[in-house]
Amino acid sequence: MSQLGFSDEQRQFRDFVARFFREQSPVTRARESMSSEAGYDPELWRRLGGELGLTGVHVPEAYGGQGFGAVELGIVLEEMGRVVYCGPYFGSAVLATYALLEGATAAQQERWLPPLAAADIIGSLALAEPGGGWEAGIVQASARKSAGRWRLEGTKSYVLDGRTADLFIIAAREPGSAGPQAVSLFAVQAGAPGLEVEPLQTVDATRPLSRLRLSGVDAELLGEPGAAEPVLRRVLDRAAVALASEMVGGAQALLDSAVSYAKLRVQFGRLIGSFQAIKHKCADMLLAVELAKSAAYGAAEAAAREASVDELREAAALAKALGAEAFLQAAADTIQIHGGSGFTWENDTHLYFKRARGSEVLLGTPAAFRDRFVEYVSAREVAHE
Amino acid sequence: MNEPAAEQVREEVRAWLAEHWDPDLSLTEWRRRLVSSGWGCPTWPAEWFGKGFSEALGEVVQAEFRRAGAVGVASSGVRMLAAATLLEHGSEAQKAALLPRILTGEDTWCQLFSEPGSGSDLAGLTTRAQLDGDTWIVNGQKVWTTSAHHAQYGMLLARTDWDVPKHRGLSFFVLEIEQPGVEVRPLRQMNGHASFNEVFMTDARVPRDMLVGKQGGGWQVALTTLAHERRQADGMRNWGRAERGEGRVYRELREEQARVMEPYKWYPQRAGRVDLILPVARTSGRLADPVVRQEIGRALMLERASQWTARRARAARELGQPPGPEGSLGKLAASVVARAAARAHAAAAGPDALLAGPDAPAEGMVAEVLLSVPAISIAGGTDQIQRNIIAERVLGLPKEPRDDVDVPFRDVRRNPSSV
Ligand SMILES: Cc1cc2nc3c(=O)[nH]c(=O)nc-3n(C[C@H](O)[C@H](O)[C@H](O)COP(=O)(O)OP(=O)(O)OC[C@H]3O[C@@H](n4cnc5c(N)ncnc54)[C@H](O)[C@@H]3O)c2cc1C
Repeated sequence: MSQLGFSDEQRQFRDFVARFFREQSPVTRARESMSSEAGYDPELWRRLGGELGLTGVHVPEAYGGQGFGAVELGIVLEEMGRVVYCGPYFGSAVLATYALLEGATAAQQERWLPPLAAADIIGSLALAEPGGGWEAGIVQASARKSAGRWRLEGTKSYVLDGRTADLFIIAAREPGSAGPQAVSLFAVQAGAPGLEVEPLQTVDATRPLSRLRLSGVDAELLGEPGAAEPVLRRVLDRAAVALASEMVGGAQALLDSAVSYAKLRVQFGRLIGSFQAIKHKCADMLLAVELAKSAAYGAAEAAAREASVDELREAAALAKALGAEAFLQAAADTIQIHGGSGFTWENDTHLYFKRARGSEVLLGTPAAFRDRFVEYVSAREVAHE
Repeated sequence: MNEPAAEQVREEVRAWLAEHWDPDLSLTEWRRRLVSSGWGCPTWPAEWFGKGFSEALGEVVQAEFRRAGAVGVASSGVRMLAAATLLEHGSEAQKAALLPRILTGEDTWCQLFSEPGSGSDLAGLTTRAQLDGDTWIVNGQKVWTTSAHHAQYGMLLARTDWDVPKHRGLSFFVLEIEQPGVEVRPLRQMNGHASFNEVFMTDARVPRDMLVGKQGGGWQVALTTLAHERRQADGMRNWGRAERGEGRVYRELREEQARVMEPYKWYPQRAGRVDLILPVARTSGRLADPVVRQEIGRALMLERASQWTARRARAARELGQPPGPEGSLGKLAASVVARAAARAHAAAAGPDALLAGPDAPAEGMVAEVLLSVPAISIAGGTDQIQRNIIAERVLGLPKEPRDDVDVPFRDVRRNPSSV
């Protein structure tokens, strides 16, 4: 266990990734992408796959990945978060890829993971439904088996990159069943008859979402029937850790921006950074960012060392809640420190602010994760008594 | 210098302990052995009662002590701040005379810095020291001085020159407390305990050779003390660890603790006692209340993240990587955790948060948390001062304009009470 330290190799990897995104995907690129026809930059996306191998950084080498773990994945996301990278990485390389890694048969993995790892295709996990909730229990969409084929009915919402995805992984339950035990995962390819994709207007334009209408869509069962619940837990805990990494990257970029502006802007004959109201906000921001980083790094280590399900769940809850709070607070404070220009479209801060707003809700709110954290810590305490 | 390997050190400590550790020695005798061998403070320089080890090797040594159940050197209170300051700035004679008795526990120290007129603005203090032949004569008052009522020595910061800017007219002394010119009066605190004091100095005497560093160089010396204080976050961390074990050493250790610990019983409570929150909530039946759970969750999360932050700082040190900002945040983080913990305790206790003493939750610990947490954001530099330091030194933000630093101290505006 490395205990919250990064090895020299990991530090070099971070420098390399950071440099790539700083040079090849600065925030101006996110602005272009979010208002483009495709909603992302296909050329940059392909480079992340083929040239850099980042889309498969955590995928085993046998499936065309790099064979690294959650710590390296966290590094990639943190550096992406810094530049509000606009593209299907989180939806495809994190959510969909983890879903296949955790929940598909070996044959299905062999078929889907190499093109996902190479960024040849975009994957998307369709779990949540109107009303939200990122757990098996909320699923209402149904899967009926007839004549050896599965047919999906229902509505999925908040589906990442729905408009651009080639492969959907969809959670659906046995018709008429209740509870999380009767939920299974299915694969559906884009363009399948009966699959309707409706893009949704989002607060964060860099993270496009869609609604899926499923009317008798022909689907392939992934893994075992009724096995989605534990799979989704593992997927979502790992995804929460990845999202936390992205959030702390964004929060750090905001802190850097607020501090450098405070060292430039003069009012009342002095730099605004010399006013304590500004200074103390920055100090508090630093504290929140560092605490959130520690949580994200600790959770990534737990995911990487294949900690017990409970331990990872506890750490993921910590990382997601603290990351979301630090990111959103940093975004609000950075707008405030920029004054009127902070409220303009031209200033980049709003891109981070919107990303923070979206990331706070995605996969579950900080309040929900706090509640879960208490549940796990308390259960462990009682068990030790 | 090449460090020995952990394995080699482990064997060496083990062998040394096997030969020398004897629970039937007197506490002082045993600690003298630790001091003369260097095993008591292995991370100190080899020429000064240590072995010059890295922190990582220091941990190895400590682990072996724990395994053997061997008692360590005295390390509680501000004694380690005094030791760190003397190690860096003390003369050879001062180090030789003072350090061993700090470690054996024979001497207790206090920090005579704050005054009624200057706390955060420490360099504005007005206690006066004047040289008379071979003796410094000290007049003035200190306040909130922890441990002064049972200390033998004080780290005294006093003004020796009023005609230069405030930071340049200070000198750092070692003051013997037990002398006619020093009067110590305990102060009662808002939580009812009395761990700090007022100290009045009326023609108190300091021999010339007890000036630490140069005359007029006291500020630099005090900065060392303050830096260690910030890092330690709580200089009293070790108080109150009840040692079990049979033999004279243990008996005397327990006596030492019972004798000197009484005023500091509340120290763990000021950090918030996060460990008690869930038990209190389970007992009160409020753990299932979603509003209470949110408060509890906040406190538990902040505490966990600040532990991991401290570990990150340690990991970076051990890997020989440059220190990041995470190392400078401990004191402010401790305040944030303590405040969140107090809110969680109040929520978990419900109406029983009205009560104190044996009738109250956790035998009165919850009440004591609520009444002790305010100290953590004041003692050792307030939260506001910590934020200034973090903003200026870590983030590089500009200092505030000041009109008290470049003029002779005589001309600086002061509190009416300070002469
Ligand atoms: C439990 C306890 C133990 C202590 N032990 C010791 C001890 O052993 N030895 C010792 O020497 N002292 C000790 N102290 C004193 C402590 O160091 C001081 O109380 C502290 O530094 C604050 O100084 P002050 O009380 O004079 O408050 P002030 O400095 O007067 O501050 C009053 C308020 O103004 C704020 N303020 C002051 N300056 C600034 C600024 N530049 N920017 C923004 N805000 C500012 C402060 O944050 C505070 O909120 C102890 C205090 C406590 C509570």
